[in-house]
Amino acid sequence: MLEKALKGSQKYWSLLAALAVLSGIGFACFMLQLSQGLKITGMSRDVSWGFYIAQFTFLVGVAASAVMVVLPYYLHHVKDFGRITIMGEFLAVSAVTMCLLFIVVDLGQPMRLLNVLLHPTPNSILFWDMIVLNGYLFLNIVIGWTVLSAERKEVPPPKWVKPLIYISIPWAVSIHTVTAFLYAGLPGRHFWLTAIMAARFLASAFASGPSLLILLCYLLKKRTNFDPGDGAIKKLSQIVTYAMITSVFFLLLEVFTAFYSQIPGHMHGFVYQFVGYEGHGELVPFMWLSVLLSATALVLLVPPKFRNNEKLLKVACVAVFFGLWLEKGVGLVVTGFIPNVFDKVTPYVPTVPELGITIGVWATGFLILTILYKVAVGVKEEIGA
Amino acid sequence: MEKDRREFLKIGGISVLGLSALPVFEALAQGQGPKAMPDPRALQAGQWAMVVDMKKCWEEQEKRQCKDCMDACHKIHNVPTIPDPKREIKWIWLEEYKHAFPDQANEYAPEHVKESPFLLLCNHCSNPPCVQVCPTKATFKRAEDGVVLMDFHRCIGCRYCMAGCPYGARSFNWGDPREYLDPQQINQAFPTRRKGVVEKCNFCAERLAEGLPPACVEACKAKALVYGDITDPESEVRKILAGQYTLRRKIALGTGPNVYYII
Repeated sequence: MLEKALKGSQKYWSLLAALAVLSGIGFACFMLQLSQGLKITGMSRDVSWGFYIAQFTFLVGVAASAVMVVLPYYLHHVKDFGRITIMGEFLAVSAVTMCLLFIVVDLGQPMRLLNVLLHPTPNSILFWDMIVLNGYLFLNIVIGWTVLSAERKEVPPPKWVKPLIYISIPWAVSIHTVTAFLYAGLPGRHFWLTAIMAARFLASAFASGPSLLILLCYLLKKRTNFDPGDGAIKKLSQIVTYAMITSVFFLLLEVFTAFYSQIPGHMHGFVYQFVGYEGHGELVPFMWLSVLLSATALVLLVPPKFRNNEKLLKVACVAVFFGLWLEKGVGLVVTGFIPNVFDKVTPYVPTVPELGITIGVWATGFLILTILYKVAVGVKEEIGA
Repeated sequence: MEKDRREFLKIGGISVLGLSALPVFEALAQGQGPKAMPDPRALQAGQWAMVVDMKKCWEEQEKRQCKDCMDACHKIHNVPTIPDPKREIKWIWLEEYKHAFPDQANEYAPEHVKESPFLLLCNHCSNPPCVQVCPTKATFKRAEDGVVLMDFHRCIGCRYCMAGCPYGARSFNWGDPREYLDPQQINQAFPTRRKGVVEKCNFCAERLAEGLPPACVEACKAKALVYGDITDPESEVRKILAGQYTLRRKIALGTGPNVYYII
């Protein structure tokens, strides 16, 4: 089936070339980082994780959200999702690949990566994250590819793939739960030390992932003969709506606990994010933008009249995706280190090479996604679905 | 032909399984780890601990801006002096009262406490979060004497331990630390580090093994640093702890820090 990715329009090749150039720039920046060390980033001994780990955290959510099409389709036989399930799975493949790349570029000694396998350490959540992420990548590649090949031959998928599909459902939940546990189990990082972290991660994931999927479906519909079907978009938009409401609700629960209890450590993170702490307010504009985008999204999503309007839905999806990206991909990780364990503030601002690597990883993910979607659309066109 | 291929794949699969099982068998066959004769001079303890008498330390600091313990430690362990505070490597260092004890700092505390720096180092916790989170066991708590140690050659530089440590005791080599070391001054008996790995105080495990006290303890002319076995009721540290009230950092977190402060 891969040959479908080798034949395409001028626009398709231009897109691939553009993404490849960005990946190449990212790779060059990574070479610089390999030779100089992580000192070329904005991270410091006080803010020891930055943009890379934040992108990783956000993208685990995008990956996990594939379950929002897989579960209704395979467990509840929601026929509407028949055509887009493969798109959800392939989105998961590209998102998990980006997650793994973001971990690799964050390591001080990436060439020692396999020490994690050579010295397995079950008490470390990072060890489990390695297992669930790689497992999820494997599951989605195998399931997506097998089901698509069967579809191409117009035969039902082989029986052995069914158990894998069922496993992939709780597995999707596990990747974001384990990723939340990376943060939620650390003593002395009050902003992260919250039992609702995993639930919050899942809620935001089920909003951001499907909203990206809706946007991608519209893009495919415009550029190719692929039609996701109105029913699928409608159902996805309902999922985004409920998940976004839950996500905002969970965040407000955190705010309540922090400010009603008045425990300084629990308040400081939010104070830093929204009004600034000890004269530092690097994140303030971004966090308020996130609030604004989330509020806009809710206004556009909750009334069915707005949600069912294609233009407004697109705006809502963009607002959901960027609002949650700001919350998780910008705010969450850095704020865990501010104030630091000495109750001091060391601000963090990513550097140009750090952003170059970040963009490079995103471009690599979208390069993979473009190729996978080209194959999927090619198969659908071939069989006339 | 079809059958042959199947057979081939079967044998291939079993061979791969066998190959991957080999290291497991080897590890099991090894038994109780490397056998080596311990140095008869080596100092033993159930759990090493330290008492820092800040009163004595401050007196010395007033007299002559004393940095003896820090200088001794950093020299003996090839700890580079990096001017950028964001990239510093610190094994033992000074921090103000309100930053050393942010959860119990009292704004009406005596001026000399509020304004004098506290000596901080790794707490060699009884329940260390850095060890719990490390994905490769590069950081481990030595069973014999409770020292929290690091294998610089195994560390992958994920910095999970830095997120886990609530005491800021861990430093990452953001660049090549050797650029900041004077080649003439390098202690050849202790490894230098490379970029991309984490490091921290090792309670001078390499000196304890030769029957020597930690370098900071030895260097302190004010006798403000006392080390000993916290599990031994007859040890010097236990006698001090029984005699006067001491403070530890962030005890509410349950990490069980083993560095005590007298103020």
